Amino acid sequence: MKVITANFVTCAVKECKTSPASFPLHFQDAELEQQELDFQPEFIRNILPRIDWEALRTISNELGFPSLPDSKPEGDALENEQTLRDLHRLLLETQVTEGKLTCGNCGHSYMIKEGIANFLLPSHLV
Amino acid sequence: MDYLVRFAQLHETFRRPELQACATLAGVDIEIITYNQFSPYCVVRLPDEAAARAVAKRSILVKDIFELWGEGTNYEEVHADVRRRTQHRWNDFIAVPFKFTIDYFAGTRSPAQKGEIIRSFSYMGFKGPIRLTNPDEEFFVMEEYIDDVEVSTLGVSRISDPRKIYLSRKIADSCRESVLKYDLKKRRYISTTSMDAELSLITANMALAAPGKLFFDPFVGTGSFIVAASHFGALTLGADIDGRSFRGKETGKLGIYENFDQYGLKSKFVDTFTSDLTNTPLRRTAVLDGIVCDPPYGVREGLRVLGNRRGKPAVNVIIDGVPAYLRPGFVPPKKPYGFEALQNDVLNFAVRSLVPNGRLSMWMPTTNDEKTEFPVPMHQNLEIVSISVQHFNTWARRLITYRRLPEGELSDTTLARKKIDDQGTTADDLNAFRRVVRIIRDWMAQ
Repeated sequence: MKVITANFVTCAVKECKTSPASFPLHFQDAELEQQELDFQPEFIRNILPRIDWEALRTISNELGFPSLPDSKPEGDALENEQTLRDLHRLLLETQVTEGKLTCGNCGHSYMIKEGIANFLLPSHLV
Repeated sequence: MDYLVRFAQLHETFRRPELQACATLAGVDIEIITYNQFSPYCVVRLPDEAAARAVAKRSILVKDIFELWGEGTNYEEVHADVRRRTQHRWNDFIAVPFKFTIDYFAGTRSPAQKGEIIRSFSYMGFKGPIRLTNPDEEFFVMEEYIDDVEVSTLGVSRISDPRKIYLSRKIADSCRESVLKYDLKKRRYISTTSMDAELSLITANMALAAPGKLFFDPFVGTGSFIVAASHFGALTLGADIDGRSFRGKETGKLGIYENFDQYGLKSKFVDTFTSDLTNTPLRRTAVLDGIVCDPPYGVREGLRVLGNRRGKPAVNVIIDGVPAYLRPGFVPPKKPYGFEALQNDVLNFAVRSLVPNGRLSMWMPTTNDEKTEFPVPMHQNLEIVSISVQHFNTWARRLITYRRLPEGELSDTTLARKKIDDQGTTADDLNAFRRVVRIIRDWMAQ
């Protein structure tokens, strides 16, 4: 699971959707992998307004990356290639191959195996 | 300017919507002047040659695009129209290496007649060398006759002369050759329900896949749609309730990723995850530019969502002091679900997840029989952009494309279905489509 995807998912339990504690899900026992991809600045510019910056900062800290700026790069900052490259690397080229994603509200954990997260719920949580 | 589009003569109801989508992608206005489902030739109006090139470049069902030099129902009319439209431009082509080709639809001519037709245009006075390979300019005479399909469908009679003739100058090819590149026969990872390359690429076009965008398929399977969307430059995410469908059987390899690798699209692949659309982990916020999907119908593959069957109580089962769902190999229970309920879930999901003007392109089955045809699912925040139909022997399927309306705009949904069908218990109770298919099957077996 890539860091960008972690910014788009929350707990699958319906009651958790309204709780601020359910997002972002927290990585545990995460094994990381870096993968080099073609640099796609237009994607970063398009997607950045949809990223929850606070959640990205939290995830980035939990995964042990250097701190992100306090506020989301906007306007002229998006013309800076290094900024875009750093975000590209974090969002698209960093993935968690093994580990868990845990909800801060209900405590349910979703397993990640070989890079694939499993969000299926047992019937008592549906 | 008027341009002549030469379509592939198949998937007729997809052709105009796809052409419109390609124009939207190119950011140009297109006006369709003449269109006939029984003919490959279609006259359109576009601002200029660059626009014509851009529109054709994205289309799968267009074969190529031409500048229209003249049209008519016989050669006198064509010659008069050619003079009227292009006489002032003949000088520009006087010394250019060129080629004349005759293209027929449902007809043919002898070599002697061909030569005569080509010579009849000699008044344009082109002096350039005739070059059969790599000419600088290629002129096409197109003759449209009436083909067998039209004869049998409309009961019209066959004719010996063309009913329509065009002269045109070729401008550009489409990207139709990608259909061969993505041919399922040559793809590394497929299954019995993989959507064919041509329709997948068309679906991605209808949803306006393009560089910089994020696309999602909630029923990703072997990834036909997201591969197609990524071919057009979108970054893609996929999910499926059955992780085996996108993972594949080979350990250490992710089946769906093998396809992205095969086509050089690794940089466009974001993620796949195992999830159920009715209990999706995606946040309730607009992050997607497009959704492309073929939801399960419950015919070829079971239609299931998470939950217990027949009102079995949902309890947290404990085995040896450990909750069952935490034990290795736990498979969450699933229950049958209504196909119409699922479609409404897709629409609601699209409304929550698409950015304004983002698109949902969704396949759904229907019958060939107009009396039992299913209504098109609607939502007040989604505008129906197009509906195309692919007919099979006993059933048909539709590709419906919706646009997420910006806040403050609502669409008219008075024709929408009201039925909520997630209360039944057996697959047939829940699924009107499956019932109809069964009736047809039983009838054919008699």
